[in-house]
Amino acid sequence: MSRVRVLVGTKKGAFILTADGRREQWEVNGPHFGGWEIYHLKGSAAQPDRLYASQTSGWFGQVMQRSDDGGKTWEAISNEFKYDGVPGTHQWYDGTQHPWEFKRIWHLEPSPTDPDIVYAGAEDAALFKAVDGGRTWQELPGLRSAKGHLWQPGAGGMCLHTIILDPKRPERIFIAISAAGVFRTDDTGKTWKPANRGLKSPYELPDPDVEVGHCVHLIAMHQSHPDVLFMQKHWDVMRTNDAGESWSEVSGNLPSDFGFPIEVHAHEPETIYVVPIKSDSEHFPPEGKLRVYRSRTGGNEWEALTRGLPQKDCYVNVLRDAMAVDSLEPCGVYFGTTGGQVYMSPDSGETWIPIVHDLPAVLSVVVE
Amino acid sequence: MIHVVLPFHLRTLARVDGDVHLEIEGSATLGSVLDALEARHPVLRGAIRDQVTLIRRPFVRFYACEEDLSHEPPQTQLPAAVVNGAEPFLIVGAMAGG
Repeated sequence: MSRVRVLVGTKKGAFILTADGRREQWEVNGPHFGGWEIYHLKGSAAQPDRLYASQTSGWFGQVMQRSDDGGKTWEAISNEFKYDGVPGTHQWYDGTQHPWEFKRIWHLEPSPTDPDIVYAGAEDAALFKAVDGGRTWQELPGLRSAKGHLWQPGAGGMCLHTIILDPKRPERIFIAISAAGVFRTDDTGKTWKPANRGLKSPYELPDPDVEVGHCVHLIAMHQSHPDVLFMQKHWDVMRTNDAGESWSEVSGNLPSDFGFPIEVHAHEPETIYVVPIKSDSEHFPPEGKLRVYRSRTGGNEWEALTRGLPQKDCYVNVLRDAMAVDSLEPCGVYFGTTGGQVYMSPDSGETWIPIVHDLPAVLSVVVE
Repeated sequence: MIHVVLPFHLRTLARVDGDVHLEIEGSATLGSVLDALEARHPVLRGAIRDQVTLIRRPFVRFYACEEDLSHEPPQTQLPAAVVNGAEPFLIVGAMAGG
């Protein structure tokens, strides 16, 4: 029988949750790296026992960990992330220019075909690549040439949080940076261009449709339709049908179009999920009701999914990398909260069950 | 022989159980003891001081003989009691809540 593995990064360590294909009995393994922030951990599709984990701490900085036995043992493989050349400056909160400073890795994206190749998204925003299993990292500096001097950190930091490798065009990569926007390369990272046309940020920016500066929270793609991307922006849920050349809003009847994660059903490319959050001032669900919203029409028409989720007095948040789907039939949907719950739906969102109640605040959820 | 006491998370990272004992060739300074520690345990490079600038990370502190050496330059000589092993050299994670 098939198995499912849920990799959970939290504020105080990593956890690995496993079950068979029925997804009823779960084994919880962890904490790994107890006491450290684990922003993200992800396995290699090319070699599933190989896991990469971003371990970070305000005290001791960044450590990259790797396991080659599915998380039973780990090796600290590197912690050196040097920007290429003189990285220059970006906009700072007071309007001055501020030098690029490495802080942490937010997101890891292993190659689907080569277990030694892995990309890492950094704060301050940059894309790093390793071709030796994560031991040495090289920045792809062309990204910073895409108007990097105009980027500036939001309240959560100037982080590169999304990396999407185009499954049909290996030379194409999409990335997204908080408070800068979406960028695309068509030459494996040598050159990049902003891909933000159609985004409007009237509450955050003096020029609402400026080319860079939009606070993109996450983008998601279905592997079978790589030109279609879905976005949860600071405010607004968006979609593009032309690989980021233009975006249009699909927030429709959502109770709030602010939120962090967005995910696509494993088998239905036009079925998407978001978790509305009340506002950028109040990071909790509207009315204290934790509701996942699903659209089966690629946006605009949304339905609330609530069975099994708390519908009163719930004030957790769901962070941008904390939602994922499995590839089983029917598709399972998973998300973690800042309250330490990891919820799972074995039926595409109709019903929800907590796998665990009391982990540290969840930063990321990956399902494999 | 210099006895270096690491905070919990750095002991875990370096996979050491107790103190780290270091022989320093030449002058035992703040910088040379950190160089020797990182040479023995390369995984600690970047965890105590910046990989490039070698500046101490903000929430790491260096104590010895009831003195705070955190703000001293790397060429600062360690106290004789640390150099002869009578007192430890303490690397400390600064206090913080959360």
